Amino acid sequence: MSGSALTYAIVDGVLTGSVYALMATGLTLIFGVMDIINIAQGIFVVLGAYLSYAIQLHWGIDPFVGLLITIPTLFVVGIVVERVFMSRLKGPEKTAMSILVTYAVSLLIEGSLNMIFSVNVVQINAWYVNQSFKLFGVYFAYIYVFGFILAVVLLAALWVLLYRTRFGASVRASLADQTAAALIGINVKRVATICFGIGTAVTAAGGMVFGATNAFNASSSYDLISRLLTIIVLGGMGSLGGALVASIGMVMLEDVVGVVWSPVWSTMTFFIVLVIVLSLRPQGLFGKQLARTA
Amino acid sequence: MLAATTVAAASLITMAAASTAGASSGGLAKGAPVNIGISLSLSGDFSADGQAFQRGYELWAKEQNAHGGLLGHKINLIIKSDASSPTQVVTNYQDLIGQSHVQLVFGPFSSLLTVPAAQTAERFGYAMVEGAGGAPSVFQAHLNNVFDVSLPVANDLMPFATWISSLPKGQRPTSAYYVTSNDPFTEPQLPVAQKIMSKAGIKSLGFTVFPAEVTDYTSIADKVAAAKAQVVVLGSVDVPTVSAFMQAFEQAHYNPKAFIATGGPDQGAAFLKAVGAKNASGMMVPNAWYGGSANKLSKAMVAAYIKQYGGTPADINSDVAEAYSVGEVMAQAVKATGGFDNAKIIAYLHSGKVMSSVQGPVKFNKLGENVDPTAFTFQWQGTKFVQVNPVNDPNSVKVLFPKPAWKN
Repeated sequence: MSGSALTYAIVDGVLTGSVYALMATGLTLIFGVMDIINIAQGIFVVLGAYLSYAIQLHWGIDPFVGLLITIPTLFVVGIVVERVFMSRLKGPEKTAMSILVTYAVSLLIEGSLNMIFSVNVVQINAWYVNQSFKLFGVYFAYIYVFGFILAVVLLAALWVLLYRTRFGASVRASLADQTAAALIGINVKRVATICFGIGTAVTAAGGMVFGATNAFNASSSYDLISRLLTIIVLGGMGSLGGALVASIGMVMLEDVVGVVWSPVWSTMTFFIVLVIVLSLRPQGLFGKQLARTA
Repeated sequence: MLAATTVAAASLITMAAASTAGASSGGLAKGAPVNIGISLSLSGDFSADGQAFQRGYELWAKEQNAHGGLLGHKINLIIKSDASSPTQVVTNYQDLIGQSHVQLVFGPFSSLLTVPAAQTAERFGYAMVEGAGGAPSVFQAHLNNVFDVSLPVANDLMPFATWISSLPKGQRPTSAYYVTSNDPFTEPQLPVAQKIMSKAGIKSLGFTVFPAEVTDYTSIADKVAAAKAQVVVLGSVDVPTVSAFMQAFEQAHYNPKAFIATGGPDQGAAFLKAVGAKNASGMMVPNAWYGGSANKLSKAMVAAYIKQYGGTPADINSDVAEAYSVGEVMAQAVKATGGFDNAKIIAYLHSGKVMSSVQGPVKFNKLGENVDPTAFTFQWQGTKFVQVNPVNDPNSVKVLFPKPAWKN
């Protein structure tokens, strides 16, 4: 194993991990505020990828510029899904039921995408998708660097929204205790709807980068969702910082193990770490113990 | 205990009913359709291949029905989706045979699903003629009812390995890297090529196996690129895997002299669309069939396909031909045995008779492997998909070697 291979594994881990953070952030935000495990997050990522692909194909719009269209579009999709399906879930079975309902939503979107785009895989192409530049002897792929910058900007914007605005205070209050938040006049239902929209909207960005770095079809969502769920469990369900740290940590760990040892052991190593962390901290790396009562 | 006994009894009754249906199916009432049950991966990881297989089966049924069906009975395909799941495929064949009482079954897509599917069919005494279960694991199960009409995959890479090993010393690559998914279709192919190429002095710089469920190939591809081997042999089952390696190689400014992938480049227009037409040039893939095949049956199928779906011969996924061949072989067995009795069909397929298909001649050994087909290597040259190996075959054109530089 050469030193350059290890260097690449670390660089790949950081750059790719940040993109997974974009996808996982929405998932953890939705769970944190709504107690909903959104199995449809994987298909939302793929939907974001298809939207970027379609507007580039038909209108010639660069995928990064196209985010100005796809992010609001997925925000609206998220709002509609929340109002039509999720807002009806109530009671102690809400979290368990949310798995079934979001799985149904996922199948609905997958079937629609297959009908529109067929099952043949496609990939987003642009000049920066296959090109790279050399820095300190290491090739950096433009798409991963741009994806990393995009992730930093969007996660920073999300942080500002959550920690520097009145709406963010409402979200954090809902995250901490929904009943108490309602008692002090916060419209928890409205906060939940908007959070679902935001959680879905950020997948547009993650989906675009995913679609530029992978050939994909609607079925690609299955592999994604299992990975995203393990990321937020490791990071702590409901923790945005945890999603970021777990994404980068997980991908980097897998990449390094794959290069140093064997890719066959990459996933297993991650799960060993996951089990150890959960044994010591059942709430995950950054999750809060007994965080909320509904 | 009582529940277990009840379930076992119910299973036996179902199997007995199915066996009876199978045994008496040779005497279908006049005008009654012959039902053929198929489980296909219409969603999930194998959905692109599964839907190509569906086209192949449906095209065969349409053509066969236009020529009187099977023994005068109109063919009715009953296709169930297994979502690429080895568990669901078992349920589907149990339902097709036990509940729907189909007269015949055709195979699913992939070796991974063929093993449980064939085991299920064997319990009911049904022949499992299939086109995408050529991995050693399928034949190692020693099932009496499985017949793969395609090329056994273990030898797929032999023409490529033999060709590259036979190059004059000045042109012959000196190093190779072998990297494969742990899928039963791909993994057995690489050691065969490695053995041949190593004998010719082509040094192995690495042999890496990665899990089939990997979602991010970047670090694996970067490791291969860092080794800077002159030949890369990639064990892949789909376009996304090949596309990811090609992208990572280009980003690492690494262009091997020869790059062959076991699956993906054979998927016609779908491959070109994903990787870009310019970058496809020079990419190779082993297979037994391509759209430009000189085989008369193949030409007729290609014409029928284009009439129905449009496009060009290069656009046709080789899965279509594999599925179509299944229908052709079953039709010949039904005709020869004069009915739909699966026991007689199995005996006939084991008889060593040579049958014909769009992929070429078909003859089964006792394990159900097709021992007659020739392995070919195909290559993208520009936007044309051409046969390049074996080099002495009259339909082969000159190999584009070394592979052109990436052009995106």
